[in-house]
Amino acid sequence: MTVQASEFYDLAREYRVSGVPKTVVSNGAEILGALPEARFVDEVLGSLSDPSRP
Amino acid sequence: MSLLSPTDQQTLRDSFAKMTRRVKLLFFTQAIGCETCLETRQILDEIAALTDQVVIEEGNLVLDKDRAASFGIDRAPGIVLLAGEDDEDTRIRFLGEPAGYDFLSLVDAILAASGGSEQTLSDASLAAVAGLAEPITVRVFVTPT
Repeated sequence: MTVQASEFYDLAREYRVSGVPKTVVSNGAEILGALPEARFVDEVLGSLSDPSRP
Repeated sequence: MSLLSPTDQQTLRDSFAKMTRRVKLLFFTQAIGCETCLETRQILDEIAALTDQVVIEEGNLVLDKDRAASFGIDRAPGIVLLAGEDDEDTRIRFLGEPAGYDFLSLVDAILAASGGSEQTLSDASLAAVAGLAEPITVRVFVTPT
């Protein structure tokens, strides 16, 4: 979902939004700014921190 | 007064012409304490005026609280995208007024939900997402400018 940070300060505070776009995933992943697609998907899925991944 | 210029309306009409199934914008609003609900409704009305493939259903966040909650909406304005005749839940949501850049995100989401846009994710990305074992929620915080 997209969230207008300027309308919902409480959510922006809760998810520690210091700049936009900021992406927060329920698995704990956080991305500030834009990334190339492959890296973005990796970060969103949290697979970079997945120890089972080589 | 219209928010969209005649040129923008025509551009959007051309894009929406590629939609292959209906998209319903389930819009949760509230009468009091929502500064952007009226303008959000106007934006959605202007989109729906450009194509028969977009319909709007309005719900009241206070009166239809349980229904809103069932879609994960707990504040207004909140928009849920449902696709097809059976209102399949696309799981796409917008919280706040879809203004500025977010307006384009809404248009893109409508097109994606309706099969009216090309798939842009790579096969590798699609495979990675398909491998998810549990649903995740992705919140993207934005501002209009």
